[in-house]
Amino acid sequence: MIYDHSRKGRRATAQAPLEKPELTGIPAEMVRTSRPNLPEVSEMQAVRHFTRLSQKNFSIDTHFYPLGSCTMKYNPRACNTLASLPGLKSRHPLAPDTHSQGFMACLHDLQEILKNVTGMHAVSLSPAAGAQGEFAGVAMIRAYHDARGDDQRSEILVPDAAHGTNPASAVMCGYKTREIPTGADGDIDVEALREALGPQTAGIMLTNPSTVGVFERRIKEIASMVHEAGGLLYYDGANLNAILGKVRPGDMGFDVIHMNLHKTFSTPHGGGGPGAGPVGVSERLEPYLPVPMVDYDGQDYRWLTEKDQPNTIGRLSAFAGNAGVLLRAYVYARLLGREGMHRVAEFSTLNANYLLKRLMEAGFDAAYPERRASHEFILTLKKQAKDLDVNTMDFAKRMLDYGVHAPTTYFPLLVPECLLIEPTESEAKEELDQFVEIMRTIKQEAENQPDLVKQAPHTMPVKRLDDVRAARELDLAYKAED
Amino acid sequence: MSNTPTDRRYAKSHEWIKDEGDGSLTIGITDHAQELLGDLVFVDLPEVGQSLDAGGDCAVVESVKAASDVYSPVSGEVIAINDALDGAPETINEDAFGDGWMFKVKASDMSELDGLLDAEGYDALVAEEE
Amino acid sequence: MPFIPHTEDDIQEMLATIGVDSIDDLFDEIPTELRCGELQEIPPGLPEMEVASLMQSRARTDGEPVCFIGAGAYDHHIPAAVWELTTRGEFYTAYTPYQAEASQGTLQLLYEFQSMMTGLTAMDVSNASLYDGASALAEAVLMAVRGNRKSKSKRILLPANLHPHYRRVAHSIVRNQKIELVEVAYDKSTGQVDMADLEKHAGEDYAALVIPQPNFFGVLEQTDALTDWAHQNGMLAIAVVNPLAMSLLKPAGEWGGQGADICCGEGQPLGAPLASGGPYFGFLCCTDKLVRQMPGRIIGKTVDMDGKPGYALTLQAREQHIRRSKATSNICTNQGLMVTAATIHMSIMGAEGLQRVAATSHANTQKLSQALSSLPGVEPLFSGAVFHEQVMKLPIETANALGMLAADDVLGGFDLQDDYPELGNAVLVCATELRSDDDIENYRGKLERVIQSQAQTLSQ
Repeated sequence: MIYDHSRKGRRATAQAPLEKPELTGIPAEMVRTSRPNLPEVSEMQAVRHFTRLSQKNFSIDTHFYPLGSCTMKYNPRACNTLASLPGLKSRHPLAPDTHSQGFMACLHDLQEILKNVTGMHAVSLSPAAGAQGEFAGVAMIRAYHDARGDDQRSEILVPDAAHGTNPASAVMCGYKTREIPTGADGDIDVEALREALGPQTAGIMLTNPSTVGVFERRIKEIASMVHEAGGLLYYDGANLNAILGKVRPGDMGFDVIHMNLHKTFSTPHGGGGPGAGPVGVSERLEPYLPVPMVDYDGQDYRWLTEKDQPNTIGRLSAFAGNAGVLLRAYVYARLLGREGMHRVAEFSTLNANYLLKRLMEAGFDAAYPERRASHEFILTLKKQAKDLDVNTMDFAKRMLDYGVHAPTTYFPLLVPECLLIEPTESEAKEELDQFVEIMRTIKQEAENQPDLVKQAPHTMPVKRLDDVRAARELDLAYKAED
Repeated sequence: MSNTPTDRRYAKSHEWIKDEGDGSLTIGITDHAQELLGDLVFVDLPEVGQSLDAGGDCAVVESVKAASDVYSPVSGEVIAINDALDGAPETINEDAFGDGWMFKVKASDMSELDGLLDAEGYDALVAEEE
Repeated sequence: MPFIPHTEDDIQEMLATIGVDSIDDLFDEIPTELRCGELQEIPPGLPEMEVASLMQSRARTDGEPVCFIGAGAYDHHIPAAVWELTTRGEFYTAYTPYQAEASQGTLQLLYEFQSMMTGLTAMDVSNASLYDGASALAEAVLMAVRGNRKSKSKRILLPANLHPHYRRVAHSIVRNQKIELVEVAYDKSTGQVDMADLEKHAGEDYAALVIPQPNFFGVLEQTDALTDWAHQNGMLAIAVVNPLAMSLLKPAGEWGGQGADICCGEGQPLGAPLASGGPYFGFLCCTDKLVRQMPGRIIGKTVDMDGKPGYALTLQAREQHIRRSKATSNICTNQGLMVTAATIHMSIMGAEGLQRVAATSHANTQKLSQALSSLPGVEPLFSGAVFHEQVMKLPIETANALGMLAADDVLGGFDLQDDYPELGNAVLVCATELRSDDDIENYRGKLERVIQSQAQTLSQ
């Protein structure tokens, strides 16, 4: 704990102004009398403490990180360096347009690039993360129906495999959700969808490739069915990496999409954010896009605000969203260029299908063995759990001992004992081969020394943690013992 | 061998409901339900005086990895809650049919009990789900 | 190929293993008519040096003017160590700590962050961040509606002197849940919440009263009186504060008899560069009683199988990945990296360092206010006490004045014309600890010339 290094009166003096001027003009009853409970440490103690903490993390820079649905690809360093150039890093969000043309040019270019890769009519970059993009998307669907006086539509459909943010976002927009089952082949159950559609349907939230890692083959038919019922289609961009430059959500019939730039466009995940979740829309939803956006008249860039977009669903952040993330994504897009976009889908798909094939050869069961993998795929360890009493969590924890971050576990919920594996295009063949060897070894251990696997990890800074205690005896902040 | 008490009725959503004979009904979740959820870490109970609709959600039980709504099998008014669960949710894990009771209701229509399962019916339901 | 390690041999071996002839065969489940051709409108890829040259030229275009704008984003010094450490790959390229044993660095850091935020605000608990200050207010509003069980109204009192963008964001986010944000007027002479207007709502059913400190005008509110008023009327008190100000001003947890119930705000002053408005981070703190209504990730301290202390995500049953449609919020990804920077920033600065920054920023803004007031027709607009930001009245049209100053590389403040037309020619100014006496004199001198030139234009 950083507080362990704290001693009264110790400070990193060089970092702050030399003086603490008297507070003038502030009434005494508004002034703080208690000392804020912050650590008092030297700069070196802080540097050492946080360097050591960092070393307790797995990260893309240090480990293979095949976390399904999270697209843990390499984060090029140039993106960070170039997004942090002085004029960009020090620009105040409310600086006048005269001092913002360079920044706005980057944003406008990015809007155009994202329109082109998704096949959408217009893009707003403002949502701060995927979930906020989802919120914006569903709010636009609502605004569209409301503007037409079509206010009986109360329901958003979501596949049973959907990420939890989908139903949560729909509810934040005042909708009820109804789940649509997934068929045995991984595609959505189209007959069940047909029955669920009706005058109460506001829209459906899908991702394609779907959450189970396969391409929804009847997407055009689904799109026509939903549109005929008067609903709109929402594309969750979680899995855009799989189809970049191959097929576009706009061409599949989607009306609105969000993109996770921290996935597909390689901005860093930062231990849980920041992300960026731009939204793209078809023509009929354009009036409702969240503000601000950047407009270009051929000469100057300017902000589009509530004044220009009177029907907008509004603002989602105080300024222009996670601007620095947008700049990183922009640099990445320019480094890749049009040919690089195609390669993202090609090599992430090649890696996933290769890894799937090799793991099946090593005796693991695919959840959808008859299907082509997209950029990710699902294994089910149901057999191992039943025969050996070693479950998916045990496998995942043992992988950490072998220096691999575990894939996504127990998601999607409908596949028992599942691992959702996404290698991404950044990984070399030998890294994938190594992963297969690790999985093979753990399987052998599970057969011969199950306790070794069930007690794993053994080499991490801590062993398995007592989650029940964490939730029952809440300790959420260090309290100084005085 | 089943240890499902035969002195009460059961809902398909895994609540038990016991007629105390004094006009009040005691409600909790079954031992099977607590087993599915695992170690409980929190219980959110309705408030005394709250009116309930049959089949409406009125409480939540949380484990580390799941949260489940508890539905009232009958309509009525909450007349007591089990305060002892606050700070000791594990009581439900330990004694779901006894000390782990959740709340008591004054039912507005006792005939709603007729549609519920008896112990045998509930055991059959559990067997079917497995 | 950029960022792709495959050799031609690798590709052939992998295809052979899969049992297909070409990479294109892997896309055979996608209906052919849906396939897109080349993405014509995307420019070809560029090598790093060319992208660097493009970005450098764009960064130069925007210049580095001297900034006197605050209005929710403040130009503070960030110790060099903060971002040196934050951009270490182990922080920068890790993800959400789902595998706790392989994420103890991030988890412990977040626990330390929660500890520091509770220390700064004097609240019981903190979450691990939200997107920004404005969305944190929206979440606080939703939280209050859920958490105030006595109130059935889904109505919230929101003062007009709260950041106008925050009010709009809160409205965009909560309106579809039929939550009503009712505006409370501000006093035109002090700039504070108008107690008489507030009193009109006494005895009515509202879930919460929002209390800014300082408010958008930089003016300090009577937080004790407002908090007590809210509690007397069965409302929760939601504090919206500048976290740096909390180091010197009475913290939200100590307001009035019982303290605020929820405290949120913009974390940018704690180690995030201005960077065009983001990424920053929103913080959200509350009382123990409301912790289960809290949205977003929360880290708890626990022990491992051997009894060794460790850190884990906790109270996850509130969150969307478990609770789905009944979650407290849809938030998933938060602003982890910014929180990493903030935690290191607060550690290095300590309470004393933050207080020096806050006090110096306040003193500089006072100097600026006095310097500008020496000009004819320029004076502070409100009589209320301020903290490190102030509204100045100008004798000429604000947009004109600010435009002319900007042409001279001085960003003279935030124009209040659009959001508060009733204030006339008013500009919100801020001089942080980074603005020197020379900067302030430079601003004064340039404004003087702008005013003179306008006067001449008018007299001609």
